[in-house]
Amino acid sequence: MTDVLTITDLGISFATDAGAVRAVDGVTLRVAPGEVLAIVGESGSGKTVTAKTILGLLPETATASGAVILSSKDGSSESNVIALSTAQLRQVRGTDVSMVFQEPSTALNPVFTVGWQIMEGIRAHGQFSRKEARKKAIEILGRVGIPDAETRVDYYPHQFSGGQKQRVVIAMALVLDPGLIVADEPTTALDVTVQAEILDLLRRCRDEFGTAIVLITHNMGVVADLADRVAVMYQGKVVEEADAQTLFRSPQNDYTKKLLAAVPHVGQGVVHAAARATARAAGWEQQAPVVVADQLRIEYPGRLGRSGFTAVDGVSFLIRPGEVLGLVGESGSGKTTIGRAIAGLTRVTGGSLTVMGHEMNGFKERAFRKFRSDIGFVFQDPASSFNPLLTIADCVAEPLVVHGRAKNAAHARPRVNELLEAVQLPRAYGDRYPHELSGGQRQRASLARALALEPPLLIADEPTSALDVSVQARVLELFAELQREFGFAALFISHDLAVVDLVADRIAVLYRGKLVEEGTSAEVLGAPKDPYTQRLLASLPVPDPAEQALRREGLRRLREAG
Amino acid sequence: MTTVTTRPPSPRATGRKKRPATDGGIGRYILIRFLLIFPTIFILVSMVFWLMRTTGDPITAALGGRLGPEQLAERIQAAGYDRPIFVQYIEYLGQVFTGNFGTTISTNRPVSEILVTYGLATFELVFYALVVAFIVGIPLGMVAAYWRDKSADAFLRVFAILCYATPVFFSGLLFKLVFAVYLDVLPVSGRASTGSELQMQLLPNQTGLYTIDAILTGDPTVLGDVLEHAVLPALTLGLLTAGVFLRLVRTNVIGTLGTDYVDAARSRGVSEFRLVRKHAYRPALIPIITVIGLQIALLLGGAVLTETTFEWKGLGFMLSEFLKARDFVAVQGIVALLAVIVALSNFVVDIIAALIDPRVRY
Amino acid sequence: MSDATVISARQKRSVWSRLPVVHQLRQSIGLQRGMLVAGLVITTLFVLTAIFAPVLAPYGFSQLRDADGAFGAQQPPGGAHPLGTTVSGYDVLSRVLWGAQTALFVIIVAVLLSIFAGVFLGLVSGYFGGWLDRILVVVSDAVYAFPSLLLAIVMSIVISGGKSNLIGGVLAAAISITVVFIPQYFRVIRAETVRIKAEAYVESARVLGAGSGRIMFRHVFRNATRTLPLIFTLNSSEAILTLAGLGFLGFGIEPTAASEWGYDLNKALSDVTSGIWWTSLFPGLAIVLVVLGITLVGESLNDLADPRLRGRRAVGQSAGIVAQTSVVPGGTLVAGPGGLGGLEGTATHPTEGLEDRP
Repeated sequence: MTDVLTITDLGISFATDAGAVRAVDGVTLRVAPGEVLAIVGESGSGKTVTAKTILGLLPETATASGAVILSSKDGSSESNVIALSTAQLRQVRGTDVSMVFQEPSTALNPVFTVGWQIMEGIRAHGQFSRKEARKKAIEILGRVGIPDAETRVDYYPHQFSGGQKQRVVIAMALVLDPGLIVADEPTTALDVTVQAEILDLLRRCRDEFGTAIVLITHNMGVVADLADRVAVMYQGKVVEEADAQTLFRSPQNDYTKKLLAAVPHVGQGVVHAAARATARAAGWEQQAPVVVADQLRIEYPGRLGRSGFTAVDGVSFLIRPGEVLGLVGESGSGKTTIGRAIAGLTRVTGGSLTVMGHEMNGFKERAFRKFRSDIGFVFQDPASSFNPLLTIADCVAEPLVVHGRAKNAAHARPRVNELLEAVQLPRAYGDRYPHELSGGQRQRASLARALALEPPLLIADEPTSALDVSVQARVLELFAELQREFGFAALFISHDLAVVDLVADRIAVLYRGKLVEEGTSAEVLGAPKDPYTQRLLASLPVPDPAEQALRREGLRRLREAG
Repeated sequence: MTTVTTRPPSPRATGRKKRPATDGGIGRYILIRFLLIFPTIFILVSMVFWLMRTTGDPITAALGGRLGPEQLAERIQAAGYDRPIFVQYIEYLGQVFTGNFGTTISTNRPVSEILVTYGLATFELVFYALVVAFIVGIPLGMVAAYWRDKSADAFLRVFAILCYATPVFFSGLLFKLVFAVYLDVLPVSGRASTGSELQMQLLPNQTGLYTIDAILTGDPTVLGDVLEHAVLPALTLGLLTAGVFLRLVRTNVIGTLGTDYVDAARSRGVSEFRLVRKHAYRPALIPIITVIGLQIALLLGGAVLTETTFEWKGLGFMLSEFLKARDFVAVQGIVALLAVIVALSNFVVDIIAALIDPRVRY
Repeated sequence: MSDATVISARQKRSVWSRLPVVHQLRQSIGLQRGMLVAGLVITTLFVLTAIFAPVLAPYGFSQLRDADGAFGAQQPPGGAHPLGTTVSGYDVLSRVLWGAQTALFVIIVAVLLSIFAGVFLGLVSGYFGGWLDRILVVVSDAVYAFPSLLLAIVMSIVISGGKSNLIGGVLAAAISITVVFIPQYFRVIRAETVRIKAEAYVESARVLGAGSGRIMFRHVFRNATRTLPLIFTLNSSEAILTLAGLGFLGFGIEPTAASEWGYDLNKALSDVTSGIWWTSLFPGLAIVLVVLGITLVGESLNDLADPRLRGRRAVGQSAGIVAQTSVVPGGTLVAGPGGLGGLEGTATHPTEGLEDRP
C-alpha cells in the first residue's frame, strides 16, 4: 500500500520583525497507513510548523518549498499540499487529513454547539444532508467516548471538562474518516491522568479506524507510549529517524542521546535523597521548622453572595531548615495557592500557617515585611517574572536595594555579579534586558534574584514547567547545587512527579485541595498508599516503550479496580 | 452524570469587568445589571445638577439682562431658587424620579412635555441612522477583514476613518450642498414639508413618529415626502456610526480569525467565506455589541449636531435652541433625559451581549 | 536609573530608534507604512501651519478691512481672497490657517491636563483597589457612557457661563474637553495597572518586600503608560471634533478672540442654501484633514502594537538562518497544567475525564 504522507525536502521560512527566519530545512519524512509517526523536538525545532504544513495551515508570513504528498485513505488520489489552490486544499482538509490541536479549550468555538461544529466539517464536503450530518455527529461523539451523545451533541464547549473537550476535538478530526490525523501536542495542556486517557483514545483511532497519526510532541514518555516510529527534529532538521524500540534502546545521534538523558525518570532522586537524609546532623529533627501548616484552609471569596471556592482544605505539613519539600498535584489541586500563601501573596482564611515563626492567618503586610528578606520566590513563567524595562542586573539588585543592603542598583553590582556567576550566567548578561535572554537563562537569573539575600526559605512554583526538557535538566541540576551550597529550605511545587523526585527530600501529594499523601520520596514513589497517588504515578508515561506497555497495563488494572 | 464544570471564580479577576460571571445564570445577571442602572443615572443626573447650578440660578442666566433686579428676585423666589441648594437638589432628584423635569423659562412649558414631543423625532432619526450604520458598517467590516491588508481593505479603512473624521455638521452641509442645492433632488431641511405636516396633524391618533403617521394618512405622497426628508439626516448620522461599526467589526473579526478554533474549522475544510461569515463573526459579535453600547453616546452627540444642521425638530435641535436662549432649566432637563436613555440602552445592549454568549446563557 | 541601565540601553538599541513613533515606523511595512506615513505628513503639516500661521496667513483672523477698504461679505474666491470671504466679511483662507493654531492649543492643553489627572487616578485606583476604586470606576463608567459633546457643553456653561471672552474662551473649551477625556485615560491606565499588578514581576517585587510606592513607580507606572502615545493620538482627533462641535453649537470662541473652524461652519450654515459653498467647504476640509491625519497615525500605532493586526513582510524562499529559539506563531512553548493564568482555577478537574471512560 502507498504511504498516506510523503514529505520530500521540505523547507519553510518565516518573516519576522528581525528578518527572515528559516524554521524547517530539508525535512524528508513518510507515514504508512495506520502508522503512528512521532515528531519529537524542543521549542524552535520546527515540528509544529511541519505539522501545520501538512494541512496547508501556514500563516501568510511563511513560504514553503519541497513537496508534501498526501494520499487519500483508499489510495485513489494523491495531492501535493504545497501546490494546491485554496479550493483544492479545502477538499483535502477533513477528508484526507485532519488535525487535533494542543489546547482543546481554544480549539472549540465557544459560541456554537459541538454538534454544529462537527456538522460544519461534514457539510463543508457536501455529501450529507443536515439530518445525516447530525446522525454522524452523534455517532462519532459516542465512538470517542462521550456518554449520552444524543443530548450532548447540543452542548456548548464550556459544558465539557478539559479531557472531554479533547475527545470532541478528536471526534471532529475523525468524523470524515481521514487517512491521516496530525496531532499537535494533543496532551500537553492536559493533566497527566487525563493524558493517559487521551493517549488510549488515539491508540484506538489507529486500531479501530485504521488512521495514521503524525504525533507532534516534546514529551518522550508520550512518544514511548504511542509511537511506532520516531523522527527527532533539531533546529529545523530531522537529525534521527528510527522505529520507537530502536530509538529508545540505542539512539545514534548525539542530540537524541542528550535529549533522552535529560528526561527525568521517577526513582532517580531516591538515592540522592537517602544520602542527604543520612548526612544530616543528629538533632536536626529538633530544629524549629521554617514553615508549619496546620489544618490550613484557603478560600477565594465568591462574588455578590455566591459561595466561595475552597482552594486548600485542611492541609497540614512542615518544612524543616535545609529541607526540600516537593508539592505535587494536578491543576486545581491548590499547590500554587499554598506557595503563594507562604509568600504572603494570598490570604489564609482558616487554620494556621506559620512562616519563620510568623502566623500568616490574619496577616498584615507591614508586620510581615521584615520577614520578606527570609523568603525567595521563583515564578513559573520566566517570560513575565522580570520587569521588561529593567536590565537583569537591576532586577537581581532589587532585593538588595529594597532591604537596604545597597544604596542603588549600581552599588549592588559587585554582589549581583557574584550571584550571576553562582547561577552560571556570564556577568555581562546583567546589562541585558529580560527579552534578550532565553527562557532557561531567565529562570537562572530568577534563581539569582531569589537567592540574593541568602534566604533560609525558597519557594519555587513550577520553575521548570515552561522550559524545554534539556533546559529543565540544567536548571534542576543548578537548583540542587545551589541548595547544597546555600543550604536553604525549599518548597518545590510541580505537576511532574519525576521532576519533584529529582530535587525533593520529602513529597506531599495534593488532590483537590486536600493532602492525600506525604512521606519521603522513597515512600511516596516506591510504595504509594493513596489510590490517587497510585493512579498519578501509573499515569506518568516513561520514556521506554517496553516498560511503558507494562505500565499501561498496570494503569488499566488500577482503573478497573478503582 | 452532570458534565457542567463549575468554574471557580478566578482569584486574580480583581478587575471589575463587564463580562458576566459564568456561575450565576442569566436571570441573576440581568437583575444585577439592572440594579447597576440606578447608580449610573443618579451620578449623571447629580453631576448635571451640580455643574449647572455652580454658575448661579437659571432665572438670572436666562433673563439677567432683560429684567430689573426686583422683577428678577420675584421670579427667583417664585421658582424657589432662593432656597438652600441642597434642598433644591433633593427636590430635583424627587422630581426626576417621578418624571418631572421642571418648566422651561423661555417658553414656559413643562420640560417633560418637550421631551415627549421632540424625543420621538430624535428616536426616529437615531433609528434610521442605526439602520444605515448596520447595513453599511457590518458587511463592509467583514469584507475588510476578509481582504485584510489588501487594497480593498485599505480603501475601506480610509473610508471608515473619513466617516468618523468628518464632523456631522460638515458632512451634513456637503450633502445639502450637493443633493439639495445643486442636484435639487432632496429637501434641504426639516422632517416634512408643511403640507404633509398639516395632513398628519389631522390624524385622530397621531403618534409623533412621522413615518408611522405618514402611513396612517394613507397618502403615498405624504409617506414619500417624509422619507425624502429623512434620507440626508439619516445618511449623515448613519455614516458617522457606520465608520465606527466598520472598524469595530474588522478588528474583532480579524482577531477571531487568528484563533485556534477558526484554524480548527479551516483544518476540517470549511470555506474561507464561511469562516469569516460564521465561525469568526459570531464570537466577535460579543465584544462588538458591547462596544456598540458605548457608541450610543456618540450617536446621541451626533444626533444633536445633525438635528441642528438639518433643522430636524428633535431634542438635539431644541437643545441648541435652548442653549441660545440660555434656558438652562430646559437644557438640564434634556441632558438628564439623555443620561437616562444612555443608561437604559447600555443595559439593553449588555443583556443582548450576554444572551448571545452561551457561556452565560447556560 | 542606574548608570548601568543607561549605558546598556545605548549599547543595545539607539535611543532614536526606541522613540515611540520612530520605532513603529521602522517596524511597519506596505499599506500600514503608507497609512502611517500619510498620517505623519498631514499631522506635521498641521503642526507647522499652527506654528507659522501668523506668517502664512495673509490677514489677521479678525481683520475685516485692509488698506483698500472693507473685504466685503461672501465674496467668491479669487483676487485678494483666494478662498473668498465669510458672511461676516472675514478672509476664509486666513481664518482656516489661524484655526490650526487654536486647534493645536486646545489639543495640547486638553490632552496634557487629562493625561495628568487620568493617569494619576488610574494608577492609584487600579493599584490599591478597594472602595475608592469602585466609586471611581462607577463614576468614570457613567461619564464615559455619556455623550462627550453634551458634557463639554455643560462644562463650558459652568466655566464661562456660556459666554466666551478672549483667552478664556479657548481655555474653557480646553478644560471642557479635559473633563470629557479624564475618564478615558482613567479607564485605560486602570485596566493596564490591574493587569500588570497580576504579572509575575510585580508579584515578585511584592515578595521581595518592596513598598507600594516603589512598586507603583518603578514597576507599574512605566509599563502601564506604554500605550499613552496611542491614546494621545486618538484623543487629539476627538478633541478637535469636540471643539468644532462646541463651536458649531455656539459655545466656542468668538471670532474676535481666535479663529475656530466649528464657529465658521455654524455661520456658513445658512450660506449653503443659497449655494455659497466656499464659506463652509474650507474650514470643514481643514477639520477633516487634521482629524484624518491624526487618526491615521493613531490607528497605525494601534495596529502595530497588536501582533494580530500587524502585517509582516513576506519572505523569499530559503531566506534566513535557522532559528535558535522558537519563532513559530502560536509556538511550541510548553505550558504545564495550571499554566500561567490558570492558577488552579481552570475548569478541568483531574478526574472528570476518568469517569467518562468508554
